[in-house]
Amino acid sequence: MDYAGVVCLEILYMIAFLALTSAGLAIVFGMMRVINLAHGEFVMLGGYTTIACYNNGINIYFAMLVVAPVVVGLVGLIVERTIIRFLYGRMIDTMLATWGLSLLLIGLVTLIFGNTAVSVPAPVSGYQLGEYQMGGYNLFIILITVALTLVMWAVLRFTRAGLIARGAMQGPDVVSSLGYDPRKIYMYTFTAGAALSGLAGGVLAPLTGLLPSSGGAYIAKAFITVITGGAAVVSGTLSSAVVFGTVNQLVSFAAHPVIGELAMLALAIILLRLMPKGITGRFFRDGT
Amino acid sequence: MRWGWFLLATAILVLLPLVTDTLTPTILLIWALFALSLGMMWGYAGLLSFGHAAYFGLGAYTYAIAVVNIGESTVPLLLAMLVPTIFAAVVGAMMFYGRISDVYMGVITLVVTLILFKFMSATAGDAYVIGKARLGGFNGIPGFQTLNVPGYPEISLFGVPTYYVCVASLLICYLICRWILARSFGRVLVGIRENEARCELMGYNVPALKTAIFTVCAAMAGLAGCLFANWAEIVTPRVFSLGQAAEVLIWVIVGGLGTLVGPILGAMALGYVKLLLGEQTVIDNSLILGALLIIVVLGIPRGVVPSLQRLWSAGSRRARRRPGDSGSRRTLGASVRERP
Repeated sequence: MDYAGVVCLEILYMIAFLALTSAGLAIVFGMMRVINLAHGEFVMLGGYTTIACYNNGINIYFAMLVVAPVVVGLVGLIVERTIIRFLYGRMIDTMLATWGLSLLLIGLVTLIFGNTAVSVPAPVSGYQLGEYQMGGYNLFIILITVALTLVMWAVLRFTRAGLIARGAMQGPDVVSSLGYDPRKIYMYTFTAGAALSGLAGGVLAPLTGLLPSSGGAYIAKAFITVITGGAAVVSGTLSSAVVFGTVNQLVSFAAHPVIGELAMLALAIILLRLMPKGITGRFFRDGT
Repeated sequence: MRWGWFLLATAILVLLPLVTDTLTPTILLIWALFALSLGMMWGYAGLLSFGHAAYFGLGAYTYAIAVVNIGESTVPLLLAMLVPTIFAAVVGAMMFYGRISDVYMGVITLVVTLILFKFMSATAGDAYVIGKARLGGFNGIPGFQTLNVPGYPEISLFGVPTYYVCVASLLICYLICRWILARSFGRVLVGIRENEARCELMGYNVPALKTAIFTVCAAMAGLAGCLFANWAEIVTPRVFSLGQAAEVLIWVIVGGLGTLVGPILGAMALGYVKLLLGEQTVIDNSLILGALLIIVVLGIPRGVVPSLQRLWSAGSRRARRRPGDSGSRRTLGASVRERP
């Protein structure tokens, strides 16, 4: 019984992890059709920001929930103004440029922070579930993800900005003919996506030690989650996160963590083969 | 005139060992071959594989495993091309008959590479043995026999002979690519790149043709991987890594899409820069590579060689338009529309 609880919590945690790390990428992809391959590095930057703040005596919750998104959001704004805005409509070129950006950021962070792992202690203590010792911080991440998803859904669903954003996802021409500047919308979108990635990085920083190359661990999973989910941000990311998270953890428990990851990746290929437009391209069509 | 350039390049490559050592030129040739295989597929057929390293790595691993078991290098060399070929045929058929293209194709190829990377990294321990070869997990397979003269396992090649094997491989693959492009198969590939629906309407079996070129290029990448295994004398999961997959893309796009010389020169030039910079320097290696990629994508999206060709033909006022592909290069990057 306790063991079942552990498995359930681990599955929930994996789903939360996938949804959290994919949210920023999903917003940028869903609205702008830009695959941001520097996404993992944005997450990594969020982590480094949090750790730098913590080492300078700033409250860790403030660092991960406020400073990290702001800093990475600013980085995203700079990137959009200097690189991405010249490349709209050229999807392959955007992928290559952002890949270059990811290498550049890895190099910069290595230059500044060095090539050694840094970490920060988890601010939530563990607890006892039956006879198993659990990390309390995983629960915190699940809660943050639930809150974040609800906020994203509410903003997209009920606010004027959300309405415009959804309009830009479904038909940028129509939105621009209504008097909204699509380039401005894209600028805000990219900034918001980067800020979300920074938040994810900040929140996940206490879990894993950080290296300049840590972004690579996020990008592949986020990439398949977003593409398999399809263009709709919230429902797409959530549905594929649920599928992948469940499969990954169940197989990990049954066999081996590596087999779990392999099963998840293989499943991604199968799903893409069956549903080339993603899960939301087939089942949900409301655009959030 | 074009054959003149080819003969000149051949002469330089053949005579190079007289003036310099061969260790660095060998690896540059191997990278050039790897880039050529991707440049052929991406530049002419318009198929962007984000995980071309999969076939490179499969070639390397196949050679290492086979040569440990067999002890003579002729069959392993052939296997190193055959295994990526079969693998690419399966992956390619799955993608192209499923009408998967653009970014989705990028994801699938990348995920395939990641699967191989994760799997090979996890193969430490006694359970993972193929015949006599231990896969060795992250440490890879060291110390296998290098290429030998066919039929004489005791005469193994290293140094200058290996260099000449690489020269021959590159030149032969280049000629094969030229030959393919001169045939109707190559013309149709360019047609598919430009307008897939129209080619299909004209009665060509587009999925089959795409799978075919995907397979041919995978075989070339496998050969490059096999030669790489020989050069390095060790195979590690790094051949499947994201870095390896990224690097070859950068070489190709910097050199230039829609040419065969571009990827070769791009790989050699950037590969040499990478060797000069080394792994541990003040300015990080990936920083320079990344900046370079961004600059090229923003500034010279067609790549160095095609841009130079245009300058050349514009400067000499001889508007000798090569039939077929010269006017269409500029649409390559822009061929994906913003919204479907």
